[in-house]
Amino acid sequence: MALATGTRTLTMAQAISEAIGQEMERDPSVFVMGEDIGKYGGIFSATGGLLDRFGPERIMDTPISESAFIGAATGAAAEGMRPIAELMFVDFFGVCMDQIYNHLAKNTYMSGGRVRLPVVLMTAIGGGYNDAAQHSQCLYATFAHMPGLKIVVPSNAYDAKGLMVSAIRDDNPVFYFFHKGIMGLPWMAYFEGSTTPVPEQPYAVPFGEARVAREGGDVTVVAVSQMVQKAVLAAEEAAKEGISAEVIDLRTLVPLDAESVARSVDKTGRLLVADEDYLNFGLTGEIAALVGERLGSIKLKAPIKRLGVPGTPIPYSRPLEQATIPQVGHLVEAMRGLMTTSVA
Amino acid sequence: MEPTAEQLLWMYETMQVIREYEEVMAKVYLEGKLPPHIQKGLAFDIGSGPVPGEMHLAAGQEPVAVGVCAHLRKEDTVVGTHRPHHFAIAKGVPLKEMTAEIFGRATGLGRGKGGHMHLFDAEHKFSCSGIVGASLPPAVGAALAARKLGKDWVAVAFFGDGAANQGTFHESLNLAALWKLPVVFVCEDNKWAISVAKGMSTAIASNADRSTAYGIPGVRVEKNDAVEVFEVGGEAVARARRGDGPSLIEVKTDRYFGHFQGDAELYRPKGEVEELRRNDPIPALAAHLRARGLLDEAGDAAIRARVQRVVTEAYEFARSSPYPESAEAAQHVFV
Repeated sequence: MALATGTRTLTMAQAISEAIGQEMERDPSVFVMGEDIGKYGGIFSATGGLLDRFGPERIMDTPISESAFIGAATGAAAEGMRPIAELMFVDFFGVCMDQIYNHLAKNTYMSGGRVRLPVVLMTAIGGGYNDAAQHSQCLYATFAHMPGLKIVVPSNAYDAKGLMVSAIRDDNPVFYFFHKGIMGLPWMAYFEGSTTPVPEQPYAVPFGEARVAREGGDVTVVAVSQMVQKAVLAAEEAAKEGISAEVIDLRTLVPLDAESVARSVDKTGRLLVADEDYLNFGLTGEIAALVGERLGSIKLKAPIKRLGVPGTPIPYSRPLEQATIPQVGHLVEAMRGLMTTSVA
Repeated sequence: MEPTAEQLLWMYETMQVIREYEEVMAKVYLEGKLPPHIQKGLAFDIGSGPVPGEMHLAAGQEPVAVGVCAHLRKEDTVVGTHRPHHFAIAKGVPLKEMTAEIFGRATGLGRGKGGHMHLFDAEHKFSCSGIVGASLPPAVGAALAARKLGKDWVAVAFFGDGAANQGTFHESLNLAALWKLPVVFVCEDNKWAISVAKGMSTAIASNADRSTAYGIPGVRVEKNDAVEVFEVGGEAVARARRGDGPSLIEVKTDRYFGHFQGDAELYRPKGEVEELRRNDPIPALAAHLRARGLLDEAGDAAIRARVQRVVTEAYEFARSSPYPESAEAAQHVFV
């Protein structure tokens, strides 16, 4: 058999299902449970084509019973299996949160490290297509806030594959969030920067290593997921005005690569944290705080700027939603603001 | 399914261990929690003493644990409840490490990180949860894993009658029935969901009837009796092991202590516990054993001496074990 060393351009959805398929071939203990993940291939195509390859014993459509099948993933993992469970929209966490944060996230700790739970929980996040307040949230910060889950938030196909491989091979629970608006679906507008060359061979992207999505010297923009794509576009806009922005893609929130953020802000002296999750008590505050705690060595040229969804649910109507979720234009404006203000 | 002499004697001795363990715990738990050892003005301090936190004891509920676990092997999985000691003991969880965990010591099952409601023993495949209704989904998962691994292992989810009104109960029964998984769902009906009587919370008299909604067998055991539980449990475990799918059992049982230690039990009719204790399942099983010529005075005395010894040794082990170093608090979030 010839070594497959080629690289093709894949959408993020194709990259995720390829990673799952390759890991399932490598390791018979990997299987997938979720709603509409079989014939449908996942509502957002994360399991496209897998049923035909692996059959219904390993690609298992479930009833609409998230507590039962996510709890079952925990139970099966404790027995040595490596389940992947899909929560169709992260917004549905309310019906199964107990099994996620009281059991999946805590049992390893409460067993003194003696119970291993290699579960990948994957879920769709994000708005931008007018699905309103119950189907548009990001919520990764909610799960990063609580101990016991590794939090993965890819922004493009290359990372999506490598991070999924790492997630499946990890012996801990991993919550993997894919943004609907970068999956490259044929029925939803997406940011084309998320569709990238992807090697055919399996490879792992390690957790806790941020990626410099774009180098720059004036402003550091920290983001994850779809917001990385917006930040890159915003940086290109800003460049026309002579602003050089560096975009840091965190890739994982737990573990968090604080050093890469600090290093970049140390270089630029200006920080914009742009996020599609809620602004209050979330990722933007966390990143701002980690810089704030390093002000003994980092010299800021301007006060930190944060963009996120303010304290409102995601509204339905198009102009309302676009005003609520930070857009490319908002990021450019924020960068301009950083260049024209200074610290006291 | 009749128990053998060996099984009868195992159930009897295990029930004795559970009862002795819980009665000692009831006393130990009070150490350091009463005046004059606590903050002035308090009558009780839940956070003081060698065993802090909540304590839910299972004295009186021994038959459901031993009657089901008598059929299990080490590779079978048991998931218990916030009142877990009787299940853990019946599943073979080592008493010393379990007690050390309840004392919050470094030698405990979870190195002191879980406590009495969160006992994890991967070797004996036992776990439990402090959340009502949470035992069912992981048991379904364990059964799913057994099938995927090609093993004839069985998973048992124990839960209380209060939990039968949780969504997890219905979701789990449906999923296990749909996938025909080797699970035995065992409901302990001790009549009380903390302070609310079953009749005030549950629309039907027998939770076993809920099995019909999922097309699986459902049996209610009306007597708090180890042999009766054994017979019904045996059929359910055998059915699961042969690959014929899940069953639901509800066992009428009796809670001798409060919901938690320190519970004033103002909701309970006066004299209820005394009445229940008149039907104590342990002397009842002793009488059964004697009638069958399997137990005499000397044999009974020998069992009691063994029980005393293992329980005493477990508590001594826990008391003499060190507390974990405070730096260990940050460990084991991830493996």
